[in-house]
Amino acid sequence: MTFNNLLSRSIALIIGAGFFIVPTVYSKKYDGVTVNILTMEAPQIKGPMVKRAPDFKKLTGANINVIGVPFSDIYPKMESDFATGTNSVDAAVFAPQWMVDFIEPGYFEDLTPRVKKDSALEWDDVGLFFRSFSSTYAGKIYTIPLDGDFHMVYYRSDLLAAAGISPPKTWEEYIYVASRFHGQDMNGDGTPDYGSCISKKRNAQAYWMILSIVGSQIQTKGTGEGIFFDPKTMKPLVNNAAYSRAFDIYKETTKYAPPNEINLDVGDTRGLWTSGRCALTMDWGDIGTLAIEKGSKVNNKTGASILPGSRLVLDRNSGELVACTKARCPYAVNGINHAPFAAFGGWSGAVNISADSKVKDAAYDFFSYMAQPNQSNKDVTVGITGMNPYRISQFENINNWTSAGFSKAAAENYLGAIKSSLDSPNMILDLRIPKNQRYQQVVLDTEVHRFVSGEITKEEAMQRIHDGWEEITEEMGRDTQLKAYRSTLGY
Amino acid sequence: MTIKTTFEERLDKQAPLVFILPSVLIILFFSIFPLIVSLFIALSRLRFVRGGVELKYIGFLNFKKLIFGSQQYHLLGKFDQLTPIGYIIISLFALIVFIWFIHYFKSHKTSIPGSIGRVVVSVGMFFILLLMLINLTTPKGLPGTLVVTLVYVFIGVLVQFSIGLGLALLCVKKIRGRSFFRTVFFIPMMITPVGIAYVFRMLTDMTKGPFAPIITWFGLEESSWEVIPWGARTAVMIGDAWQWIPFMFIVLIAGLESLPTEQKEAALMDGAGGWQIFRDITWPTLLPVSVTIILIRLIEAFKIIDLPNVMTNGGPGIATESLSLHSYFNWRTMDLSGSAAVGYLLLIVAVFICVSFVNLLKNKIELAHR
Repeated sequence: MTFNNLLSRSIALIIGAGFFIVPTVYSKKYDGVTVNILTMEAPQIKGPMVKRAPDFKKLTGANINVIGVPFSDIYPKMESDFATGTNSVDAAVFAPQWMVDFIEPGYFEDLTPRVKKDSALEWDDVGLFFRSFSSTYAGKIYTIPLDGDFHMVYYRSDLLAAAGISPPKTWEEYIYVASRFHGQDMNGDGTPDYGSCISKKRNAQAYWMILSIVGSQIQTKGTGEGIFFDPKTMKPLVNNAAYSRAFDIYKETTKYAPPNEINLDVGDTRGLWTSGRCALTMDWGDIGTLAIEKGSKVNNKTGASILPGSRLVLDRNSGELVACTKARCPYAVNGINHAPFAAFGGWSGAVNISADSKVKDAAYDFFSYMAQPNQSNKDVTVGITGMNPYRISQFENINNWTSAGFSKAAAENYLGAIKSSLDSPNMILDLRIPKNQRYQQVVLDTEVHRFVSGEITKEEAMQRIHDGWEEITEEMGRDTQLKAYRSTLGY
Repeated sequence: MTIKTTFEERLDKQAPLVFILPSVLIILFFSIFPLIVSLFIALSRLRFVRGGVELKYIGFLNFKKLIFGSQQYHLLGKFDQLTPIGYIIISLFALIVFIWFIHYFKSHKTSIPGSIGRVVVSVGMFFILLLMLINLTTPKGLPGTLVVTLVYVFIGVLVQFSIGLGLALLCVKKIRGRSFFRTVFFIPMMITPVGIAYVFRMLTDMTKGPFAPIITWFGLEESSWEVIPWGARTAVMIGDAWQWIPFMFIVLIAGLESLPTEQKEAALMDGAGGWQIFRDITWPTLLPVSVTIILIRLIEAFKIIDLPNVMTNGGPGIATESLSLHSYFNWRTMDLSGSAAVGYLLLIVAVFICVSFVNLLKNKIELAHR
């Protein structure tokens, strides 16, 4: 063999090997894999996923296709897709309180082994509440939290300070503050503005609002007490003096609100808030971060506080309201019982068990990528993402918030309000029993809206919610529902 | 030879069956079969389970729930004691029915099917009228989805036909810009109902819409049509009318242009006025066309869903929720059996109204043809 011959053969061998080695080195883990993720059609939640999908593709090669539908369509789309075996949805980002309806029939992948192996996720940094309530069912992890949700009250700190009024601690004080500022021009545009802006639209995300008002009157002795049903009989805790008063407060707030408030979605009330048109609002954590965005008229003028409480609480035996005593309200502060509400629980991602194994891996990796501190710490500080803090480090690292545009005082106030809700021993857990979507999104939502529209009285609304909930409980089986309810409360 | 002829004759006899049968089978498969399946679903409790659905036959429980049970308020609304005005209207209706029957029995054209048909129409119309009066004229009464749909159907179609006819009468005359206006009137028909719903949602927005400055100028910024039941229903009906008036207009103008001019000219020569010409010549000749388009619109109007869904979400409360939207909301919340039951009730009401309408006007149409 001549030298030339040897050289040419060696070159050919190197080039040939290159054809095998180069694609192997540069090929990515999920090249050619597409993951279809179902979630809400909105700039929130869907927006950040769409935004981060190209980066994830660069890293892994996976195509992330985010499918948006209206909020009220998420549950039925998931159920019909999984149950009929269509499986066009590989993963979903949804309300974790619904997970029981998808885990029991076996639609969701158990993510426990993946989470345990995934050091980049920093699972222990996720708040305990979100690790348990939003992610775990019967000891197994089924969802990855991407968001942390609590209802809070926001107030115009500049207006209240100028008037020498402290943030509302009770719902009566909320009404007073709303009435005090209603009709005043609060953003300097020459038109009168509103005392209170609360989303009350039907078929949207408004049905949690009434629960936030009634909660502090029903739950006094800690999270395990619950606000939805009697944990002994599964009878609804609805037809009583606490709901009657909550309905009065709910309707009273509409007097100091935009004229079309009963048809406003959370997106609408948030828009009104950032344009400086409201003195008070009740919302999830989004308001705090939206207030610092470009164009906001309420930057450094937005204060946040734990949900207002009540001096009167429900006596579960008589169904009447009684004064808050130390024995009755062990967690009360200055005689006021607070019960912060973990409404919704925070958007979380789950993986369809019937998806191809490679797709399941890619879906999990995408949720993990979204939840990892590098991405999540940034996303939770941007209002439009709809993502609120849920990692322990996110509450501790003030610099993360000040560099996003918060003043130090505003960041401490905002994070403090969430943290005091999260740490409260009297925090209310959202309903997480089978068919909770029907109890809340169908029965409660319809009747509360009919009441606030003036179609029915509060007595009729309470009776209809009671009857509607009883109908579902009977249909599903009282014992089954009671067992599920008690287990969610930790019995 | 004889055998061949007999065979061909046999083939000829079978030909209609052979040609028609495929179409009949296809229609049965695509129309009747889903109807039967949806009826079965309406009579069952449907639950999604892993691998498909579980159907449990429960008889008429879904219908019972809608008519007498927990969903009665949703379908039939809220009841109250009839007011004196209500009693007067019901009495007038009874009187009209009574006179109608006397005319029928005096006409010497009575038959058993005709009599039964009239009794069915009278009783059905009586209950519809009674429900509308209870829901709409009593202090505590509230309309359910059935009466809301009937409001959309009766008021909506009447307004659309009246305006469509008026515009057609105007445009049939040789006025300036006639062709331009014909084209302009035709545009809304080409837009999808969802698009129209969004356009009207923006138009009727009191805070950011184009009419907001006018509302503010009048000092009405503290009010909103969305929170007033009749305001919301009217807005929906305006949107619907805007879309469907062109349909009425196009068909009626075609009808008007095809009318023979001799009778009109003769009437003018005899000194008849415009109203007389319309009443005695134009209207009777236009009647068959009018009945046809009203019937088409009645059928369509019963299915109204896009506008109330997009504009008001069925609200405030359930004030603008039609039967189709009621069925859709049930479907969306996975109550598929309840949704099918509402769908069937809609079918029964729509068929009853449309068949009654055609039968009531059958004689007049025949008269007009002569």
